[in-house]
Amino acid sequence: MTEYTEMLNRERNAEWRVALRNSVPNKERIAIERVKMTEVEPHERIKSQTCEVNRGLKAEQAQREASRCMDCVTPTCVEGCPVSINIPKFVKQIEAGKFLDAAVTLKEFSALPAVCGRVCPQEKQCELKCFYQQKMQKEPVAIGYLERFAADYERLSGKIQIPKVEARNGIKVAAIGSGPSSLSFAGDMIKFGYEVTVFEALHEIGGVLKYGIPEFRLPNSVVDVELENLKEMGVTFEKNFVVGRTASFDDLKELGYKAFFVGSGAGLPNFMNIPGENLNGVMSSNEYLTRVNLMYANQSDSDTPVMLGKRVAVIGGGNTAMDAVRTSKRLGAERSIIIYRRSLEEMPARLEEIKHAQEEGIEFMNLANPVEYLADAGGRVAKVRLQRMKLGEPDASGRRRPVAIEGDIVEIEVDLVIVAIGVSPNPLIPASLAGLKMSRYGTIEVNEETMQSSIPEIFAGGDIVRGGATVILAMGDGRRAAASMHRYLQEKYKKPTGK
Amino acid sequence: MRSGFFVRKIKLIQRLICMNKIVEKYKLSENVCKFIVEAPMIAKSRKPGNFVILRVGDKGERIPLTIVDSDIEKGTITLIVQNVGASSRKLCQLGAGEFITDMVGPLGKATHIYKAGTILALGGGVGVAPLFPIVKAFKEAGNRVITILAARNKDLVILENEMRQWSDEVIVMTDDGSSGRKGLVTEGAEEVIKREKVDECVAIGPAIMMKFCALLTKKYDVPTQVSLNTIMVDGTGMCGACRVTVNGETKFTCIDGPEFNAHQIDFDELLQRMRAYKNEEDQARNKK
Ligand SMILES: Cc1cc2nc3c(=O)[nH]c(=O)nc-3n(C[C@H](O)[C@H](O)[C@H](O)COP(=O)(O)OP(=O)(O)OC[C@H]3O[C@@H](n4cnc5c(N)ncnc54)[C@H](O)[C@@H]3O)c2cc1C
Ligand SMILES: Cc1cc2nc3c(=O)[nH]c(=O)nc-3n(C[C@H](O)[C@H](O)[C@H](O)COP(=O)(O)OP(=O)(O)OC[C@H]3O[C@@H](n4cnc5c(N)ncnc54)[C@H](O)[C@@H]3O)c2cc1C
Ligand code: SF4
Ligand code: SF4
Ligand code: FES
Repeated sequence: MTEYTEMLNRERNAEWRVALRNSVPNKERIAIERVKMTEVEPHERIKSQTCEVNRGLKAEQAQREASRCMDCVTPTCVEGCPVSINIPKFVKQIEAGKFLDAAVTLKEFSALPAVCGRVCPQEKQCELKCFYQQKMQKEPVAIGYLERFAADYERLSGKIQIPKVEARNGIKVAAIGSGPSSLSFAGDMIKFGYEVTVFEALHEIGGVLKYGIPEFRLPNSVVDVELENLKEMGVTFEKNFVVGRTASFDDLKELGYKAFFVGSGAGLPNFMNIPGENLNGVMSSNEYLTRVNLMYANQSDSDTPVMLGKRVAVIGGGNTAMDAVRTSKRLGAERSIIIYRRSLEEMPARLEEIKHAQEEGIEFMNLANPVEYLADAGGRVAKVRLQRMKLGEPDASGRRRPVAIEGDIVEIEVDLVIVAIGVSPNPLIPASLAGLKMSRYGTIEVNEETMQSSIPEIFAGGDIVRGGATVILAMGDGRRAAASMHRYLQEKYKKPTGK
Repeated sequence: MRSGFFVRKIKLIQRLICMNKIVEKYKLSENVCKFIVEAPMIAKSRKPGNFVILRVGDKGERIPLTIVDSDIEKGTITLIVQNVGASSRKLCQLGAGEFITDMVGPLGKATHIYKAGTILALGGGVGVAPLFPIVKAFKEAGNRVITILAARNKDLVILENEMRQWSDEVIVMTDDGSSGRKGLVTEGAEEVIKREKVDECVAIGPAIMMKFCALLTKKYDVPTQVSLNTIMVDGTGMCGACRVTVNGETKFTCIDGPEFNAHQIDFDELLQRMRAYKNEEDQARNKK
């Protein structure tokens, strides 16, 4: 038995847990139906880019949902969570009405529970591994909803616990980029007593959480509270600062920084390199979402323009594609169409996003792949030519490979096309750091356990290492990097910490 | 233990990075302003060819501007901006003592400066501003530099004195002949190329001017660099708004450029893409 499962067990045997478990027979627990999230009606919510679709659970709803959880001897749900949150503990704390305690439990494992509760692909992670799903073919405990509930409860209660930080040890470290990996790294390092600066190239802190994921899914206010907490704990943020350009790593070392965490993300949008892709009206999802989410281009008092479309096609089937297509609907498109080369089942987007998109009237053209864009007389995109596909043999990833149906080409009329077929790692950092070992995909190579790169004082995590992943994986990387950087620096600079 | 000096130094630097204070402002012509802005980190790191992206106001647009010059001692950079639309106007309305909301840089690849022999530098309109640091650097590298400044009329000729200081010869050309010679920049350039051996040409100005300069130098087989002023948002390679086709391949102007081999650029596509937001920009201009 590992240390961790021992701990889970010990806590499971706490008196209050045993009592709570025995207070309701499992048969009764199983009989409860999974809670339904309160949502804003589709026709209402598509009027606003900032109206959050999910409204959260009420306390009674949360407690009832929490009581479905059987507090399993072997909580398989935990195995599904990339940061191994003690799920049964926080769920049982909710059932017992100890909401603030539940939030504290979450924070032991995750720096951003209010974010992960909203954006984790739960159906592929914790909830997939829930006993209900695995052994009873029943809907899993709504772990994501509950996580969000506890974190929101704490935030709205105004009783956020600012974690205790160690006395400053005078050692300076830097995080590059301000996405979830850097934020969780910074949170841990400040707790350990380091002087932490987060450098961000853009004029806003938060990375994809701010410029990518729209407010109807993740309100900025939720992210801002987390940022405020980090500031309160002593983290310094430098915006408008591109590491490798504004100052080099050597400059920063000269300023006293002893170690670096690179969380610069996978910011470079991919295109398909097909004819017509540089026409006006064809753009990357990053451009579209940045104009709207970071620059507020949809608001009348913003100086930044965004192209509007009546018939919008979004190429791709991931979260980014869903965010872009639902944004286009909110900005007034008559037709918003997802074009994806595989079938609906293979779409990598979160299940909930696909469901919400369908409710909002998004059209799905599956098994189709663009081969060319055609322009109108004014040089703006007017049509997309699509190759119809069918599913062939499974590929390396186990998904069935889409193959072209010879000669089956259709054209549809569009006036805006958003390409959301993935991103590549941003080359700015590697280009400015001779000797940093990179993979052939342009990601930074690290030791998977320590997140340390080929240059000892440089650690890395998140999308720059994984090439495009999830918020929770990025966050887990940041935390692991913090733990091992701490060990590394303690080794290297063993000296009195000035207590 | 930490040294007081060390901490003070850090505090100073940290305070300075986020300053962006306008220390001096000049009007170069009716629609062109010059700013000296406090930005010590950028002043220190920048190279000829680099640009910044700045924003004026909380709902301001991010606009790219070339770093025309810098003073490492004073920790300042020089920007020259032409008032062409809503955002450049907002900037031109700021005066000395005021602050630019956000400014990031230096961005883009630096110009490849080397001893080539004779350089022909062609600047059109406000393109003369980004041309200046390149002229200066080529001169400092020991080249013979011939500069042609082109503008619609006398009032729009900028940086003439500065250019004279760093060029072996300066030819001014205006559309109406109100200053220097009457005619287009390409006419002057052709004369020079016919007159003497030019080893490299650099042309910066409106896209249409760069297109015709490229056609000309191609005819005479003179290697030519142009600096593109595409539409940009982030300037770090994140959005792709600045795409341009170079030698049949899509490149991002902000990280692969802004300078490219003029003979490989698809100028017609560039011209088309620069008009992408024409309607929206016209509205923004008329709104205020
Ligand atoms: C539209 C969209 C929707 C998504 N939806 C989901 C979802 O629902 N669920 C989920 O789990 N994941 C989702 N993801 C993926 C998730 O957001 C990313 O995996 C995660 O944000 C990666 O975090 P990161 O810390 O690596 O960096 P990022 O969030 O990518 O942030 C990196 C930051 O570094 C900055 N930077 C880069 N280079 C430098 C430099 N040299 N100097 C200073 N700063 C620099 C960038 O400006 C950026 O702000 C989505 C992604 C997108 C784009
Ligand atoms: C790398 C780079 C460096 C640049 N350096 C400078 C510089 O040093 N000084 C400077 O003044 N500008 C420079 N520019 C151009 C500058 O960024 C734009 O002029 C500015 O963004 C216009 O914003 P706006 O909102 O004021 O005008 P908009 O409303 O966006 O445009 C107004 C009108 O002007 C036209 N226009 C836009 N840009 C230009 C241009 N560059 N030349 C001619 N017409 C244009 C547009 O087509 C439109 O019709 C640079 C651009 C790039 C990409
Ligand atoms: S962090 Fe994500 S995977 Fe882990 S328990 Fe929370 S919602 Fe599930
Ligand atoms: S597997 Fe499901 S039922 Fe079991 S402890 Fe985890 S959440 Fe509760
Ligand atoms: S400006 Fe966004 S990628 Fe170049």
